[in-house]
Amino acid sequence: MADAVRDRQVSARDRIAAHGRMLHAQLRSQASYRLSFALECVGGVFAQGIELIVILALFSQVSSLGGFRVGEVLLMYGLAGISFGLADFAVGALDELPRYVRTGEFDVLLLRPLGSLPQVLTTEVAFRRLGRVLTALGTLGYVLSTVDIHWTIGRVLLVIVTPIAGAVIFSSIWVCAIALTFWVIDGRELANSLTYGGSTLTSYPITVFSTWLRRLLAFVVPAAFVAYYPALALTGHRDPLGAPAWLSWCGPVVAVLAAAVAAQVWKVAVRHYVGTGS
Amino acid sequence: MRSAADRPGSALHCYTQIARAGFRRYSTYRQAMVAGLVTNVVFGLLRTGVLLAVFAQRPTVAGYDPAALATFVWLGQGLLAVVQLWGPPEFADRIRRGDVVIDLARPWNLHAALLAEEFGRAGYTVLTRFLPPLLIGALFFPFHAPHEPATYLWFALSMALAVATSFALRFLVNGLTFWLLDVRGVAALYGVSSGTFAGLTVPLSFFPHWAHLLLYATPFPVLMQDPIDVFIEHGSAAGILAQQVLWTLGTLAAGQLMLRRAMHKVVVQGG
Repeated sequence: MADAVRDRQVSARDRIAAHGRMLHAQLRSQASYRLSFALECVGGVFAQGIELIVILALFSQVSSLGGFRVGEVLLMYGLAGISFGLADFAVGALDELPRYVRTGEFDVLLLRPLGSLPQVLTTEVAFRRLGRVLTALGTLGYVLSTVDIHWTIGRVLLVIVTPIAGAVIFSSIWVCAIALTFWVIDGRELANSLTYGGSTLTSYPITVFSTWLRRLLAFVVPAAFVAYYPALALTGHRDPLGAPAWLSWCGPVVAVLAAAVAAQVWKVAVRHYVGTGS
Repeated sequence: MRSAADRPGSALHCYTQIARAGFRRYSTYRQAMVAGLVTNVVFGLLRTGVLLAVFAQRPTVAGYDPAALATFVWLGQGLLAVVQLWGPPEFADRIRRGDVVIDLARPWNLHAALLAEEFGRAGYTVLTRFLPPLLIGALFFPFHAPHEPATYLWFALSMALAVATSFALRFLVNGLTFWLLDVRGVAALYGVSSGTFAGLTVPLSFFPHWAHLLLYATPFPVLMQDPIDVFIEHGSAAGILAQQVLWTLGTLAAGQLMLRRAMHKVVVQGG
């Protein structure tokens, strides 16, 4: 309630200006810690790269995984990796939310005439998190140049839109997972297992998982739309699970729906927090 | 000042007390247990799905059958908490803040004391974090239980050596703070790669031959792959244990050497 009332009283232009000034201050401070930035960026490159090593090790033993060849799995890995890296960049600051709640800093954010979620997200705009994107982008570039894809206008647009839609889906999952911490004490590790687990999971075709897990990933937590279905659409591979071909193009729609759900979950979570008399 | 090492009997008593204290200290971290268990289950399901998919074309891959591979995953999840590949940078923080001089001034060997505490912690996690993932694996997935009764004993020994080596490596990484002051980069790289190189995400025998040789030239396999191989009886237990003993002694010795050099450095700087 308090959020909505305050938002109406401050114009959108002023809000953007306020966020802009805070971001500028952050960029200045990050630029002065160059070695730390470089190391953590490299860390991201390696962290993403480790999963690539695992995939390559698996394919050194078999020629297909879940009915897909190495190029197709690497395509999924690349798309998932870029999506997750972008999401980490956009909403990774949420991982600190449990700490803000514990120390009371979150209460301070609620008092300001700005939305609480945008404020938490902009407390830390960490460019170092884009390290993951570099590895995934490199892999995607390699895959697109070697895998046989019949390019159409639609597919070109899809390969550009998919990482963005995927990032929105991951971000929505992240927001919902962190919102759990308003109810669960010390929920950060729990939330991390969902977000980082989701990142690893989407790098593989969902055909390797059991039926109930596949249904969960496709329809409840729509992680399958981050990389699996878009990869099917790009390669023209028919879904072994029997889903219709048009479903593979639904990533952007799913992303919008996921964002709407996440925004609602956040509102409910903050209302609960305020309501319990913090 | 008489150190604990002056009287062997009291030294053993001293370090046993520290191990007990470590056990008690970690028994209070109950909240983290549930979260850790959920993480184990999430990644266990994930890894089992991916790894079992390799059997679509052949009944065995790289010496593993489905039961052995599924056991590999769930045993790995259980071992992860006990062996503690990634710990909080407590020691590094104490060095950076200067609090480590208090630890160094005590009448004990700091390396040995931390190792004792580590065994206490590991002892507690064996009871609480090791068994649940293993039970899940045994109940819901193909499972390879040891065929020989002696395997259980070798496995316990193997796990103890893995705990000691993991501690030794973390001590070495944290201890670099004495010289580098900021080891976050090194620690991050170690954290990111140690899991896969130790055999947490995929069995090491899946790697191409050259990579396999390279990995076994490092202490990483000692941390997870070796105890798992002992449990699923993949190779000779004696050979695996011998390799583990060598690496354990080597990394612990390196830690002692580092401690001595660090103390010398601290004294020279007027600490």
